[in-house]
Amino acid sequence: MARSAGAISRAGAAVGAALGLLTLGTLGVVLARGGTASLGPADWAAVRFTVMQAAVSAVLSVGLAVPVARALARRQFPGRRLLISLMGAPFLLPVIVAILGLLAVFGRAGVLNDGLAALGLPPVSIYGLHGVVLAHVFFNLPLAVRMILSGWQGIPAERFRLAAALGFGPADIFRHLERPMLRAVLPGALVAVFLICLTSFAVALTLGGGPRATTVELAIYQALRFEFDLGRAAALAAVQFALCAVVVLVAGQIALPAGFGPGLDRRVERWDASSRGLRALDAGVIALVAAFLLVPLALVVLRGLPGLGALPDGLWAAATQSVIVALISTALCLAATLVLALAIVQGRGAGLLEAAAMLPLAASSLVLGTGLFLIVHPLLSPARLALPVTALVNAALALPFALRLILPSLRSIEAAHGRLADALGLVGMARLRWLVLPRLRPVLGFAAGVVAALSMGDLGVIALFAGEGGTTLPLLIQRLMGAYRMEAAASAALVLVGLSFGLFWLFDRGGRDAAA
Amino acid sequence: MRSSIIALGTLLTATMAAAQTPVLTVLTYESFISEWGPGPAVEKAFEAECACDLQFVGAGDGAAVLARVRLEGEASDTDVVLGLDTNLTAAAAATGLFAPHGLVAANDLPVAFDDPLFLPFDWGWFAFVYDKTKLATPPASLEALAASDVTIVIQDPRSSTPGLGLLMWVKAAYGDRSGVIWAGLSDNVVTVTPGWSEAYGLFLEGEADMVLSYTTSPAYHLIAEGDDTKAAAAFSEGHYLQVEVAGKLASTDQPELADRFLAFMGSEAFQSVIPTTNWMYPAVTPAAGLPDGFATLIKPEASLLLPAAEAEALRAPSVTEWRAALAR
Repeated sequence: MARSAGAISRAGAAVGAALGLLTLGTLGVVLARGGTASLGPADWAAVRFTVMQAAVSAVLSVGLAVPVARALARRQFPGRRLLISLMGAPFLLPVIVAILGLLAVFGRAGVLNDGLAALGLPPVSIYGLHGVVLAHVFFNLPLAVRMILSGWQGIPAERFRLAAALGFGPADIFRHLERPMLRAVLPGALVAVFLICLTSFAVALTLGGGPRATTVELAIYQALRFEFDLGRAAALAAVQFALCAVVVLVAGQIALPAGFGPGLDRRVERWDASSRGLRALDAGVIALVAAFLLVPLALVVLRGLPGLGALPDGLWAAATQSVIVALISTALCLAATLVLALAIVQGRGAGLLEAAAMLPLAASSLVLGTGLFLIVHPLLSPARLALPVTALVNAALALPFALRLILPSLRSIEAAHGRLADALGLVGMARLRWLVLPRLRPVLGFAAGVVAALSMGDLGVIALFAGEGGTTLPLLIQRLMGAYRMEAAASAALVLVGLSFGLFWLFDRGGRDAAA
Repeated sequence: MRSSIIALGTLLTATMAAAQTPVLTVLTYESFISEWGPGPAVEKAFEAECACDLQFVGAGDGAAVLARVRLEGEASDTDVVLGLDTNLTAAAAATGLFAPHGLVAANDLPVAFDDPLFLPFDWGWFAFVYDKTKLATPPASLEALAASDVTIVIQDPRSSTPGLGLLMWVKAAYGDRSGVIWAGLSDNVVTVTPGWSEAYGLFLEGEADMVLSYTTSPAYHLIAEGDDTKAAAAFSEGHYLQVEVAGKLASTDQPELADRFLAFMGSEAFQSVIPTTNWMYPAVTPAAGLPDGFATLIKPEASLLLPAAEAEALRAPSVTEWRAALAR
């Protein structure tokens, strides 16, 4: 036991150190090249706006996700699994494609304003802080739902059985079962959404309506591109890391483990939620959120259909590259996440490792890419490394999500079965094979799906590295749009969404088949 | 052992063969090298006469190209940098990384343009593009646009070269009164996008009446899509120019090839592909003239262009003024 425990801690520490190097190390390289710089009033205004929009987006996304997750947790209906899968799609869309989908509903010429005009009502404008928040909720609500839903599914069926035997109503269930679970799950969900919105760039700018909606990431872009002030870019990125650190620390203080103890993996029966009112409430919640998430998605699909007959030449080559990058990223990311999660559950240096795992969320991908470029360029032609670097960075950027999904399950597996396994002397690879992996398989499948799809969609750092070859699908879409070919771009985006979702579905399905 | 000797031999032969074909590396923006851009045709034509391998490296837009040059510094593998505009050339010259081209090349630009470091390869007028079926009478000047309730979508001058071009347009046309014009424009601006393609996409989706683009944009819709509904509005103040230039780096290991490429830029083979791939005016009008469809475009009466040094000096204060006006 001791020997394999030592191996796991060492491997975990190595993954943590690699993440530190990739995020803080690249920041250091940029800083070393640029020298120190001070931030002006415009930069601090950007910091204030960034924190504010991220906080509002996080609270709303998570707040709305609670009733949705509860409804999905206590209802069974045909198509429930498909709905849960489809709900993940907004998170996987390329940003500009998702924005165009949202505009098709909420924009000046969108479905909503057409409807309002037909009713003789004045139009509503999506541009402004509310538009930024709306888009962020659209992207992150599904993620929050999944995180909270897995919390609900973590409450053992026996607890609900006992609650029913004691004659608990919905209020008692909430007080004794659901509230402690939410206390454990919500801080993590809030932090994740907050950090995603913290580094928002295109969404905030495009829907924000102007320079009021300047985020830190835009200020970094300006510093890197137009002013070539590497010092200021590094200072801004450091502010982003500091914000992230504060939020992670605060959330760590608030979150309490729920401590339900082990269950027997029985099917959950919810005797408490059978009243007609609650049924109607849940049905309403699910219908509303499905409409909010799926209508823009359907419009993205419709926009892409006309051009499918005449796809651009390089499309399938770019799609193949993207899929290969995504698969490599997924393998790298899951291996690293599993090692990290096992080391964290073991306990030694867990706090430090968990913090290291959050670093990629707070990293500015522009600064990260620039730092990597500065490291790579003197040694090798960056264009040659475009695909390996993209796979590596995508794996790192997706790791926080994978860890948030895998860690809670691993903790409950260890809490429920760890002592028995210890008593049986089940250690090392045998423990992984017989105890951990079979139980982790559904969540591993889901995490792999999310990571693969994120790697497909994310532009990340490829724009800095790509040469003539090495084009990925998101880069191709950008080039099509830059060449006036909006219809072809919409079709390429549809192919991207289809492939991302296909990968996600395959992995997720692969994980669940074992659980069924 | 023997196989590794053979492998080494093969490798050496291959390296020697590669060394006989010199490589010219041209750093440019993404849309230049895409399969719809001028890149593929230019590469084919130049390689047919240079006995070399022309390799393009892409980096975002013009500003990203300059950032890349600065990142690579003295150790750059790049020989020629193509795609900076005149709002960036002062900063590019200040890096000291560029070498004089030493060429005397005639061009058909609407203004006199002569720079020891940079040669123009194409140019265009910035303009607000609209849909004739939706906007019957577009405003006839920047001032009229500011006074109207016509909606526009523009690009952020902090992240996009056309966005910066609009700042210079207002500055060149109104000088110290530019703040007043921006205050008037602020309620016309639906939103500001990070780059050109997002803005143009929003316009095509019907999110705004007009979009900041080029007088040549309607030619794309007419020639490539057979759609004559798009037009650029002619403004009485004159239209600001975007002149796109190329220059060679002092650190190039292929100075003669780089010079040859810069000279080739003015040739018929290069210039004739520009109009329908980059959708800009070629710096030297081809012998056969411009493609059909370009004749339908508006021809601004006055062309505005600030000297590079002045544009560079005005950039920071103009961005501050723009922010203040639009944040209100």
